[in-house]
Amino acid sequence: MKKVLLFIPFLGVLIVLSLFYMNLKQNPYLIPSVMINKKVPSLDAPLLLAPTKHFEASTLKGHASLVNVFASWCYSCLDEHKLLMTIAKSHQVNLYGINYKDTPKAAKALLTKYGNPYKQIISDSTGKIGINLGVYGTPETFLIDKKGIIRDKIIGPITKTTWRHRLLPEIKRYQ
Amino acid sequence: MMSLLPALGQLSLIIALLVSVTQAISSLYGSWRQRPHLLRLSRPLAYSQLFFVGLSFGFLMLCLLNDDFTVKYVFENSSTTLPWYYKLCAAWGGHEGSILLWVFILSLWTAAVALFSQQLALVSVSRVLGILGILATGFLLYILMTSSPFMQIILPPSFHSQDLNPLLQDPGLISHPPILYMGYVGFSVAYAFAISALMSGRLDNDWIRWIRPWTLIAWSFLTCGIVLGSWWSYRELGWGGWWFWDPVENASFMPWLMGTALIHSLSVAEKRNTFKAWTILLAISAFSLSLMGTFLVRSGILVSIHSFAIDPSRGTFILIFLAVVILSSLALYGYRSTTLQSVGRFSLWSRETLLLVNNIILLSMLFAVLLGTLYPLLSQTFGWGKVSIGAPYFNTMMAPMGVLALLLMGIAPHLNWKHEAFKKDITKHLVILIIALSLGTLLMLLYTRTFTPGVTTGVGLALWVIMSTLHLVIKTKRFTTKIVGMILAHLGVAVCAIGIVISKHYTTEKNVYMHVGDTTTLASNRFHFGPVGFYKGPNYAAETFTITRFDKQQASDQLHPELRLYRADNELLKKTAVDVDAFRDLYVAVGRPVKNLGWPVHLSNQPFIRWIWLGGLLMALGGLIGLFDKRTRTQKR
Repeated sequence: MKKVLLFIPFLGVLIVLSLFYMNLKQNPYLIPSVMINKKVPSLDAPLLLAPTKHFEASTLKGHASLVNVFASWCYSCLDEHKLLMTIAKSHQVNLYGINYKDTPKAAKALLTKYGNPYKQIISDSTGKIGINLGVYGTPETFLIDKKGIIRDKIIGPITKTTWRHRLLPEIKRYQ
Repeated sequence: MMSLLPALGQLSLIIALLVSVTQAISSLYGSWRQRPHLLRLSRPLAYSQLFFVGLSFGFLMLCLLNDDFTVKYVFENSSTTLPWYYKLCAAWGGHEGSILLWVFILSLWTAAVALFSQQLALVSVSRVLGILGILATGFLLYILMTSSPFMQIILPPSFHSQDLNPLLQDPGLISHPPILYMGYVGFSVAYAFAISALMSGRLDNDWIRWIRPWTLIAWSFLTCGIVLGSWWSYRELGWGGWWFWDPVENASFMPWLMGTALIHSLSVAEKRNTFKAWTILLAISAFSLSLMGTFLVRSGILVSIHSFAIDPSRGTFILIFLAVVILSSLALYGYRSTTLQSVGRFSLWSRETLLLVNNIILLSMLFAVLLGTLYPLLSQTFGWGKVSIGAPYFNTMMAPMGVLALLLMGIAPHLNWKHEAFKKDITKHLVILIIALSLGTLLMLLYTRTFTPGVTTGVGLALWVIMSTLHLVIKTKRFTTKIVGMILAHLGVAVCAIGIVISKHYTTEKNVYMHVGDTTTLASNRFHFGPVGFYKGPNYAAETFTITRFDKQQASDQLHPELRLYRADNELLKKTAVDVDAFRDLYVAVGRPVKNLGWPVHLSNQPFIRWIWLGGLLMALGGLIGLFDKRTRTQKR
């Protein structure tokens, strides 16, 4: 009996390590590979600035687009905002926004204060669209080609470097 | 010529791996089969491993100094405009480099064991060095297979290198990671001695005597490292907190708690020939927790401000290594430790009992921290929804255990080993306790005029620890370094507790928007927002603010917080300014201006906050003094 007790630390650690193992398998950073090269899921939800209208799937056809998932409660999104404004002004790509798990009021306040870089904004207050897209956190940015296929995904804020050296060349390729 | 450096760095790493594999095999086999010619190799192998890992670390630093951007690590963690001292520190500012630092420090400790164990039998030294060789092999393989800092890239014709994360461009980076790692990795020595004792099946007092100084020095480094980290995040993160219960902080706090328990149980095992198997388990656990901490930081399975870039293959590798090392150690423990049973009898009111209680309190704290840290994983695995456990959980769990620990610290050092001479002194102790609690309450009422139970208990008990420790000083007739170290460390805990309790209860803060010329007040100080200046740093542009503090109409001093924009990654960083005083910090941070509202200014007045770090340093000093115990040096095996 005493012998068995001496193996308790062993068993305890075994349990903790299995817990680690299971979570390693569930690593959220593996998700992008699942979504990439797939068709965009349905983004059918009301528009933030015109709540009576819904976002239409045909909007994304015919040109490369960036879809940026943001929220007013997300601090890194604010960091990214200035660069998004620059990107919008450069007219090199169509930028759409998904306002994720946010209240329309807070989101609109943010846009009035810092400017609106998006052509259209999908209001995803419940986070349902986010689940379809496999959004893990905000900000996240999807690159979608002219046929509506997801080609790349950036987790976290876009930096000037990722914009210049990763996204821009891809946009030119998929235009 | 330039691209020769990374190749040489990689080559040194490969040679270091070969050396450590040889060390692991030849030393362990040699000590098992008693082969003197193999045993004689183990010390030189330890020194050559240090040489080659050091060489490779040196090459990495040269690559950084030379701005060799064909090396991916340099591209990602440095830039031409970075000052040279930060270029050097960038050697541990990213994932790959920090693992190299880990192995470098492991090699330092290994060489130190080889050098300072001349009085130990060669068989035992070799066994310990062989076990350390296994650890080095694992980590070197990890570097070479998944995260070599010498990986080369082909540069595009026009490029901007990224830069060292601006948060890391601070004097804190120079000192915090190496010192913390010295502590973390230092527990590997105690671990290797413990495993060696289990392998040989002999656990005598020599073993305890050898493990003590190594544990003390690692613990002191870890304490210092945690203090530095706390001070760094206080200044750097811009909201004036000194501890966030972030998974990575917890990952350093857990081995610290275990190490503290180990130091105390070692003293029982040494003096009273009991608790031996238990002490072995603690030694294994302290290092296992260090390894687990490394895993938590590197694998990214927990979300933390400290995490590096995430790569699942890295996580898998460390997890396998973790499983092999910890599970085999614990299996060996389960299999062997019955043969190490040591019997000792002691009565209820003896120092042994209270040291056992000490261990129970420290381990309960540890389990509380462990549970809180792993809870997000548990809830994710079993689908309880994403939950984040924050400071409220940890504070509620820690406060009562802290109270018990302080209570215990006042009595335990006064007790004798084995017998119950305590009873006749009990009134004396009670009197001191009552005096301390009333003194704490009195001071509190005098300064704040309000009664706060938390402060009475916290400060009162800290005073009780100070008073009864001083009582011990008066009583002690012969001061050994061990006693002096213990006294300093215990005073450190009390000082730290005073800092925690007072800053927690009496910190006042204010967040306001200010324009040039505006004035605001906080804690009987008036703050005037003066003109804004600009200057260009080596790799950033900064706005500097002049905030003048008026103490009863008189301008007493000026604070200069900054708002820096780092060019390479366009990142904005608040540089805080702190007016330091022994009894309070005035802390100012200025954020990104908002149109029409002005600059957001964060002001806080944090009484006694310095005491937290001062206490930590006292503890570390106590540990270092305890190291120079006569018995650890002169007694031969």
